[in-house]
Formats: sequence, C-alpha cells, structure tokens
Amino acid sequence: MCICRRRSPWLFHMNSGSCNGCDIELVASLTPRYDAEQLGVRLEGSPRHADILCITGPVTRNSVHAIKTVYEQVGSPKAVVAIGSCPASTNVFIDSRTLDGPLNRHIPVDVFVPGCPPRPDAILLGVAQAAQILAEYDTKAPLVPTASATNPMEAQP
Amino acid sequence: MNLTVALARMLIFPGLLFAVPAAWFFLWIERKATAMMQQRIGPPFMQPFFDFIKLLGKTTPARSGVSGLLMKAWPLIAVSAAAGAVGLLPVLPTSGGFQGDLILLLALMEVPSICIIAAGFSSRSIFAEIGSAREAVLTVSYNIVFLLAIVSIAAAQHTFRLEALAQLPSTPLRWLGVAAILVCLPAKLHINPFSLPNAEQEIYSGPMIEYAGPELALWELSHGLEWVAVTGLVATLAVPHLPAWWLDALLFIACSFGVVLLLSVLGAATARLAVDTTARFYWRCTLLFGVLAISSTLLMRLRS
Repeated sequence: MCICRRRSPWLFHMNSGSCNGCDIELVASLTPRYDAEQLGVRLEGSPRHADILCITGPVTRNSVHAIKTVYEQVGSPKAVVAIGSCPASTNVFIDSRTLDGPLNRHIPVDVFVPGCPPRPDAILLGVAQAAQILAEYDTKAPLVPTASATNPMEAQP
Repeated sequence: MNLTVALARMLIFPGLLFAVPAAWFFLWIERKATAMMQQRIGPPFMQPFFDFIKLLGKTTPARSGVSGLLMKAWPLIAVSAAAGAVGLLPVLPTSGGFQGDLILLLALMEVPSICIIAAGFSSRSIFAEIGSAREAVLTVSYNIVFLLAIVSIAAAQHTFRLEALAQLPSTPLRWLGVAAILVCLPAKLHINPFSLPNAEQEIYSGPMIEYAGPELALWELSHGLEWVAVTGLVATLAVPHLPAWWLDALLFIACSFGVVLLLSVLGAATARLAVDTTARFYWRCTLLFGVLAISSTLLMRLRS
C-alpha cells in the first residue's frame, strides 16, 4: 500500500487568485520535456479523485471558502502542496485588503515550493515529497490532518 | 455448460483471474502508447495496479443529498457485467459455449454504459449529468452500426454461437462487419475522437465526478474489463482458426494487443469532436457500413 501511494499521486490543481504564472509552470511539468506521468502523476478533474491538492495564488478573500470546501472533498490520505511564493507569503500582494493569506492560516500545508514562478523541476520535487508523505501515512490513525510543514517565509527572523 | 464450468469461466479463465491483469495491461498499453506518441516516457508498467490499490485504500468523503446505496451499486454492476462478458469469450477454441452466447455477450457489454449513465444522473452533479447525457447520445449513435455489423456477421454464418463463429472460415462479408465494429470501438471505449462523456477540459470527470476511493477503483477496473471484452470480441471474429490450440490462443492475444495499440494511437493522434459532430458521423457516415453489411448478407441468404 505504501509503495502504491508513493507511485500514484493524482493531483488536483486549484487557483486561489494566482497571476497564472505558477499554473502555467504546473502544466509545463506535465509536458513531454518534464513528463510527470513517469512518477504516476495524473491531473484529475475532481478533488474527490485526487491525493495531492496543488494550490497556487495568494489566497484572496473570495477563495477562502472554496479552498476549505475543496480540502474537505479530498479523500484521506491527502497532502497539500503550495506552489509559488504567493501561498507562502502572499508575495508582492502583501498587506492587500483583498487577501486573506498566507495559505497555512486556513489549511495545513505539507510542502512549500517557493519561487515566482517555481521551475517545473521544483514543482515535481515538491510533488514527489508530498507523495512520500502520503506513503508514510498511518492508515490506522484517526483522520486528522497530517503535520504541516513550516512556512519558509515565516521561519525567517 | 453446467454451473461449475460457468463459474470457473467467469472467475478464473478467461474471467476475473485472467481478465483483471489483462485489463491493467491494456490500460497501461493505452497510456504508454499515448506517451510515446507525445515523445514522453510514460507511466511505469505497474501503474494501473498501483492506481487500483491506492484507490482501494482511500476514504470516501461524505456526499450530501445523494442516495449512497445506489451510488455504490452502479460500479459493482458494471464490473460484474464486464467480467461476465469477458468470461464468455472463446479464448481457448474448445471451451464450450452455447447457442446464443453472442447475444448475451452484447447485452453484457452494454451494461457498463448504462451504469455510467445511471451513475451520472444519480450523483446529482451538473457536470455528471452533462456527461451522462453525452454518454447516452453516444450510445444511441454507435450502437446502431455496432449491432447491424454483429447481426450481419451472425446471419451470414447462420449462427449466434461465438465458438462456431470463431471456427468458421472468414468471408469478405465478415471483414466488412469487423471494419464496422472497429469504427464503433473508440466511441464504446471513450477514447479520443469520441471521448465526450469524460471530456476533462470541459466537464471535469463527467459521470465519475462524485466518485472517490474504492468505487472509483471499480470504475477504472470496469473500464479495463471493457477493453478486454471488446478487443477479445474483435479477435474472436478476425483471427482465423488454426489447428494447434496454443497457436490459436497466442494469435488471439496478439490480435487483441494489436487492436489496443491501434486504438491508443488513434486516440493520441486525434482531438475530441463535439457531440453533434459525433452523432452526425455515426448516423450519416458509418451507418452506410452497417446497412451495406446487412443488405449484402440478406441478398446472399436470398440467393442461396
């Protein structure tokens, strides 16, 4: 079961007010040049099918409710990958009154992939790390969110 | 055919025990061929197996306002019907069979499509309902040609028994029928020019959208079993009868493999058609095939 979880991460991509830069890079990681399908990755249309939730964007006020709903729709075990600097720190949009970020105020985040936008190889590394977290998930444990990663932006002094 | 033999055929060979690995293998071939057409490396060999086991171990998030029992029943019915269809295939030439098993095979192969339509409507999601409506249109479109082709083959050889059809020498009429069946297969398996019901860019996952975990695993399995059943049917009709049984079985598997490869390459090379274009294609262009096949069969029977 552990091997199967590690080798078959299905993604659901969600945009929470992103500028589309990270979304393009995420799609680029599925193209022939990077070929995420070698890792067993499939981009799914429904959050119910997915294992890993990929969130881009600085979390606008309007998207908070949607993010929480989608997070609940993903079946356990699940992992969250925050793609780009925006969900980690709200990036250049910091102090904007239309934002309610960063992402880990609302849902537990397992892997941060910083960059504006991050390269497709970095996204693939983040997905592989999240798949490893899924593989180590204890199936007998109650369904609580897994331990979240520390936000690299908050860790700085 | 008594009950023990029937059960053995459904559960062991060529039923579930043989068909499930074959289904995974065909699903892998489809994904790998698509990847190679796009100059990618593609998924590893065990990928469909990994996906299936992983889905079995996932929980299903609560669905609101939906009848749970009905939603759980549809994938089970689809899998058992597809497994039954595979169990009827004459992989080994001396495997028995009965008069009229071709009709049963056709009926069982239709059940997964009906289950998909029903599942989409019972999930009460707008995307699933659109997907189900498209699936219904598709089913009505291709089935006319499909059934006409099968009926013309069976009428030309005076039998509805699969094993007898496999052993009789093939005629030009049968090749016409096989060609008509091949035209229908992309629609039956939802691959690319006719992948309307699960058009990911438009309606997400279509009828499957509300399914998760083990139920989704069963849907994937039933799709794989459908692959085995329809390619097996084509192989039954197309492969000539040979004296040695092992050569026959080998040729049967090679022919199924060839059909899978052909369909995957077609899927990777084409783009999706709109629903009205698809319906028009089947009603206008390919209906000619079916009508030609059945009318020439009838003429031949009248003359003889």
